[in-house]
Amino acid sequence: MRVGLFIPCYVDAFFPEVGIATLELLERLGCSVEYPLDQTCCGQPMANSGAQDDAASTEAHFVECFKNFETVVGPSGSCVDHIRFRFDAIEETAETQKVRRGTREFVEFLHDDLKVGEFPWASFPHKVGLHNSCSAVRGLGHARPSELVYEPEFSKTRDLLANVPGLELIEIDRPDECCGFGGSFCVTDEAVSAKMGYDRVHDFYRHGVEYITSADMSCLLHMKGVIDRLKLPMKVIHIAQILNGGPS
Amino acid sequence: MMASAARPVDPEGRAARFIALVEHETTHDRLVWGMRQNRDKAAAGVPDWEKLRDLASQIKEHTLSHLDEYLEQFERNATKLGTQVHWARDAEEHNTIVHDILSKHGVKSLIKSKSMLQEECGMTPFLQRRGIEVTESDLGERIQQLSHEPPSHIVVPAIHKLRSDVATLFAQDLGTDPKNSDPHYLAEAMRENARPRFLEAGAGMTGANFAIAETGGFVVCTNEGNADIGASVPPLHIASIGIEKLIPRASDLGIFLRMLSRSALGSPLTQYTSHFHGPRHGGELHVVLVDHTRSDRLGSPDFWHALKCIRCGACMNTCPVYRRSGGLSYGATYAGPIGVILDPGFDLDKYRELPFHSSLCGSCTQVCPVKIDISDQIYKWRRVMAEKGLLKLSKKVGMSALGTTLSHSTLFHGGEAVGESAIAYLPRFLLYNSLNPWGKHRELPTPPKQTFRQWYIANRRKA
Repeated sequence: MRVGLFIPCYVDAFFPEVGIATLELLERLGCSVEYPLDQTCCGQPMANSGAQDDAASTEAHFVECFKNFETVVGPSGSCVDHIRFRFDAIEETAETQKVRRGTREFVEFLHDDLKVGEFPWASFPHKVGLHNSCSAVRGLGHARPSELVYEPEFSKTRDLLANVPGLELIEIDRPDECCGFGGSFCVTDEAVSAKMGYDRVHDFYRHGVEYITSADMSCLLHMKGVIDRLKLPMKVIHIAQILNGGPS
Repeated sequence: MMASAARPVDPEGRAARFIALVEHETTHDRLVWGMRQNRDKAAAGVPDWEKLRDLASQIKEHTLSHLDEYLEQFERNATKLGTQVHWARDAEEHNTIVHDILSKHGVKSLIKSKSMLQEECGMTPFLQRRGIEVTESDLGERIQQLSHEPPSHIVVPAIHKLRSDVATLFAQDLGTDPKNSDPHYLAEAMRENARPRFLEAGAGMTGANFAIAETGGFVVCTNEGNADIGASVPPLHIASIGIEKLIPRASDLGIFLRMLSRSALGSPLTQYTSHFHGPRHGGELHVVLVDHTRSDRLGSPDFWHALKCIRCGACMNTCPVYRRSGGLSYGATYAGPIGVILDPGFDLDKYRELPFHSSLCGSCTQVCPVKIDISDQIYKWRRVMAEKGLLKLSKKVGMSALGTTLSHSTLFHGGEAVGESAIAYLPRFLLYNSLNPWGKHRELPTPPKQTFRQWYIANRRKA
């Protein structure tokens, strides 16, 4: 399958290893992966601030970069959530529609489209805490949100991680509480954002988690900032890195 | 929408001050999250909760889209029961109508149960300025009144306070022992203090949770029975009812009652569900139907769904930002997610910052028993603020620069030579955009030697 690789701007800048793991894993799974070099961002930072006019040209640029792909895969729930559900600063042309519909988040692509059942090359003998991001859970539907306790339980992320030898998933008190990143919220609402981050990290720490994993590097970036400040013996790791075999 | 000369509320700064009161914030988060957990258990215990949500939402949407008919039907049926119905376009008309009724009866003091609508209208200060003594009969609301603060939560108005705060307050106002913060002791002291006021009051005021078009009656839900004492002891009962409180039939009530207290506190019902159908023997019953911006909202395609709200507070309980902020940080009648989408409708300028006091986690939308798209509305209010030029300057300039850079690959990547790339600092703009607030409580990531793009060019680019 031919796949356009979308690497969100902050992953590109701060976590190249996540991009590399995503690329390598997709190739392992038989995809023919191309990374359009001109790509920048999905437009979410501006759109989330209400600045639709400023988001428009970035969204248009995204479509331009990926218009020749039937399938685009990106390792970020929040960016893909934006592209699929809120990407409306530009006119909804057939081309835009095709790109929006064809853009898949990494976990759902593996779980729903490729239906990957095992990761024989992977091994991760650690206690892992799963952080499903808000946009992944309540936007893309990676898992049953905790609010809908009366609905049947499911979790695509958990399904994938369950196939990694040695990995032990740890339950925490508030399964899908927001980590407080929230895009520019993390700086405009510093005190609340940081307190949410501290509380989230402590929930994992209390339960003996060694690695926090997520489909969203932005949440992990936030929690890593807290972990490093508090000098806690924990690490963060993107799910693509675990599924690709472990930290690289 | 009304313009305002008031300075915009600064929810971020207020929340930071609440968080600095460590014990207050941690206790508040724990108690309010506890209500969310109780709600989960209660919802899981009702078969077809999701169907109930759908049904409740549909009934509200139907009623709101035929509101004129239902309001007139309610008026006809209420009048038949002997209730005197009044119409108020805005807060001032509401307050004037209430004051006129009280004046006509020579009322000098009244007791009232909690009414968010009366809060909205600023009724208490209005009446107090005209020499009428107003006593809140709900314990939490009375605590707030003695503190000269508005309620911080729709259902539990003083939840942001510690027991010791209440002990200090009551020691000042009621002469209790400031060191004794036993809830029974404090509640008893308030009972002793309030009872005589209840017995002497010339009028009782309530709000309403539901007004039934088919019967002309209305329903008030409380956990303390305090609405009943207000409605039963004084000869005059005045109820303020927002026009969105209508439901068509008495049989619809069961759906909402099943959800209201379960969503709020996790209890099957409020302790008291009081039905009022006409004045009691020898008494007078007045209903004031209040618009106060509701018609404007009804005409807004993006925001009219907020009128479905039944004021359960579930969105506040689940909101991670509300739990850390405390309700007073919103500086408005309504706090939490529902406040963020309601308050700007009252005063766009004053509440311009509220839509940004959210991480957009979306949990509010999931717990709402009437399926209001709260999170989406928060997002849309941000657009309104941007369109009206009400973004903070730092945000305005920053987003425009970011938008330009991110739409031009060469500006963004700065060419392909290692080290030239603008991307190494651009996302950091988000973290550093003013005074580097990120670094106050969190470490910055160390930039890697190579971006992903640089790695790709070096390792994978086809010649």
